[in-house]
Amino acid sequence: MVTMQDLATPATNTWCPGCGNFGILMAMKRAIVQLGLEREKVVAVTGIGCHGKMTNYIKVNGIHVIHGRVLPVATAIKLANRELTVIGFAGDGDAFNIGMGHFSHAARRNPDITLVVHDNLIYGLTTGQTSPTSKRGLKTKSTPRGVFEVAVNPITQALASDASFVARGYAGDMRHLTELFKEAITFPGFAMVDVLQPCVAWNRINTYDFYKERVYKLEEEGHDPTDLMKAYERGREWGDRIPIGVFYKVERPVYRENFPVLKGAPLARQKLDGIDISGLLKEFA
Amino acid sequence: MKCIGFRDNSVSFLVGGQAGQGITRSGSLLGKALMRGGFHVFGANDYPSVIRGSHNFYVLRASDEEVHSQADTVDLLLALNKETILLHKDELTEGGGIIYDEQTELSKGELERGDINMYPVPLNAIVEEIGGPSIMRNTVALGAAIALVGFDAEIMKGVISDTFAGRGGIIEMNHRAVEMGFDYARENYGDGFRCRLEPSGENPGRIMLTGNDAVALGAIQAGCKFYAAYPMTPASPVLHYLAAKDMEAEMVVIQPESEIAALTMVLGAAYAGVRAMTATSGGGFCLMTEALGLAAMTETPVVLMIGQRPGPSTGMATYSAQADLLFTIHASQGEFPRVVVAPGDVAECFYLTMEAFNLAEKYQVPAIILTDKYLIESHKSTEPFDPGKVGIDRGDLLIVDEWTDAEEYKRYKITESGVSPRILLGTRGATVLANSNEHTEYGYTTTDPERVMAMGEKRFRKGNALKKEVEDLNPVKVYGAEDAEVTIVGWGSTKGPALEALKMLRRDGVKARFVQVVYMAPFPAEAVGAALKGGGKLLLVEANRTAQLGALIKLNSGFTFEHFLSKVDGRPFNPGEIYDKVKEVL
Repeated sequence: MVTMQDLATPATNTWCPGCGNFGILMAMKRAIVQLGLEREKVVAVTGIGCHGKMTNYIKVNGIHVIHGRVLPVATAIKLANRELTVIGFAGDGDAFNIGMGHFSHAARRNPDITLVVHDNLIYGLTTGQTSPTSKRGLKTKSTPRGVFEVAVNPITQALASDASFVARGYAGDMRHLTELFKEAITFPGFAMVDVLQPCVAWNRINTYDFYKERVYKLEEEGHDPTDLMKAYERGREWGDRIPIGVFYKVERPVYRENFPVLKGAPLARQKLDGIDISGLLKEFA
Repeated sequence: MKCIGFRDNSVSFLVGGQAGQGITRSGSLLGKALMRGGFHVFGANDYPSVIRGSHNFYVLRASDEEVHSQADTVDLLLALNKETILLHKDELTEGGGIIYDEQTELSKGELERGDINMYPVPLNAIVEEIGGPSIMRNTVALGAAIALVGFDAEIMKGVISDTFAGRGGIIEMNHRAVEMGFDYARENYGDGFRCRLEPSGENPGRIMLTGNDAVALGAIQAGCKFYAAYPMTPASPVLHYLAAKDMEAEMVVIQPESEIAALTMVLGAAYAGVRAMTATSGGGFCLMTEALGLAAMTETPVVLMIGQRPGPSTGMATYSAQADLLFTIHASQGEFPRVVVAPGDVAECFYLTMEAFNLAEKYQVPAIILTDKYLIESHKSTEPFDPGKVGIDRGDLLIVDEWTDAEEYKRYKITESGVSPRILLGTRGATVLANSNEHTEYGYTTTDPERVMAMGEKRFRKGNALKKEVEDLNPVKVYGAEDAEVTIVGWGSTKGPALEALKMLRRDGVKARFVQVVYMAPFPAEAVGAALKGGGKLLLVEANRTAQLGALIKLNSGFTFEHFLSKVDGRPFNPGEIYDKVKEVL
């Protein structure tokens, strides 16, 4: 059985002390341990940003890719080998700026993967510019007169994209986040967990104190996660009260079921040299 | 078997009409019939980027020796509308003929050629009599053409039966269309037309296909299991073919949301241990360049085909060019080894695609098959492919149940060859960390100068090993005279017209050589040097303005070109253009 120790790596952690990423990393390790996953069977895919260091800090298979492209890479890994548990990690910029197109398309494809969005409402690694989830009016290095645009709402965006599993966690509530990760990982289909994550260096508004006063748990208020319209309503809530938990889930056929060749052994384990093209050549004769 | 043309032992047809009249289909049906009758064929299409209306044409050349390209002239014009006659009459050889609908009104002034034969045929009336759709007029014209050159209508009918298998009504109507066109021409024009293509009665078993078909088949034969591509002319037919054959090919075939998604999906599948590929044209490749660098840095073997067309930007979507060579070999930031290989005919499309997969995996680099519209949309008859000729070599890829070494698995282990063994994801006892950041042997991010240097050197060591291997792969091909007074140098699809020009020069007693550069990266500098040495005057032929291969040769081999034949109107070189230029150079 894999232990927390097994998931440690020798890489030196370079996140700021107090960064919300620590909570996400710890919750993910706990989820893997509690689910009893083998580390060789888990693949982490990360984009560019502070979250991208996840692959350095968790001892599973990993591929750190380029900005915004976590989802197509993760989708293909799962198609290539369905025995792998594929978990994508993306920042809010990764998921909803440069990678927004992939987000909607991944959701409608419904590959059996998990996407964790490290959502700190700011650009951290590039030192404090606006993010697509920054609230309107926020003054940042790149928006000295305040953000002009309306913020992307990851929850309603995911619902509108027909994502099968839509949840939000909070990096400051590890027990709750661990449970959300476990549910997302075991959910058969595209599962997004948007994680509210304080950025201690660049976001002075959405702090631990800010969230502590506001977050509440959907499951404690009798939310029905199969009710899409109620999920939209809860998803629009952002003010004195901010909901966390599972907004919506519905099971539909996963992407790989569409491909006849994936009914056999995992693609990566199939033999390459068994092909005989002589039948195909007849069409050209 | 007998082939008599007007200028040489080849006969050229041109089928022309409006987009939507089935021009390419008719031309290729004729090509296949002639191939089954024993002839070698080459067919190229010309069409603007529209679905209906507008002029389309297809040129088909047949001979009893191998044909590498279209000819400069046309012997028999199959005009499905009047515009075709007016646009192409000047390409007709003296004594050539025009098949057209008898109701077409042509005044003497419009034709201005008294040296050609007019063969009016009741194309419309026959189709009406059969009760077929108007598109069937082209089948009637094919029947008439076959009669005029003395070919066998039964072979044509056989091709139609195979092409429309399972659609009995269509087959029957098309058979009648062939017969009625054939009988009409036979009765009214007899053996008057001088060009002859009389079949031998023996099908030599060749295949006729496009470069796109051949690349797709090469990918299947190479064990490619994952293909993701965004539609873009002229590469889309690979997607169409593989999507239709995914069961036989045992392949996952996907049309994703963009070219960026296409290459990053391919990269994800390759990281997981699957042979994977995409194809696009210049614009799509622009979008892929960042992911190309990701493949290089993570040492993930990906395979791409690029079908060049004229740029910049959208350019001319349905025409051909060779202007992306330098872009392709330099694309993406930073420096890294890559494979860029440029096939020059359909057989090379097949075998070099297989080679690209092997090199990509052996050296864990991106491999690019650089083609163009003319190569990948033109049909050529060729010997059936030999599936065992290239074979499958996955290099250092460990496919085991468990990693049992005492030492922990290192994805980027520093080795003498520079190649670090890969292992399938999911193997017990090994985790695989790939990283777009500069990294340690384990894959962890690093900026430590010593480690950075060691990893960069490792990547370039494998680049050197790759270069050595490419030198043994026949990266430069030489055709023609050893003691040449002139040497034509080119790459990719110019091979066809250049080889035809060589034939013409040989007939004139000119000692000429053609040097085809096949591998562009790593560049086979020595082989190019050896091929050019003692070649007399050097003539560079490229479908670009800036002599891009010339620049590579100068940079790597030191040869400069005094003579450059450039063609940048999107149309392929005609052999005669190269021939004329050689005469001018001499």
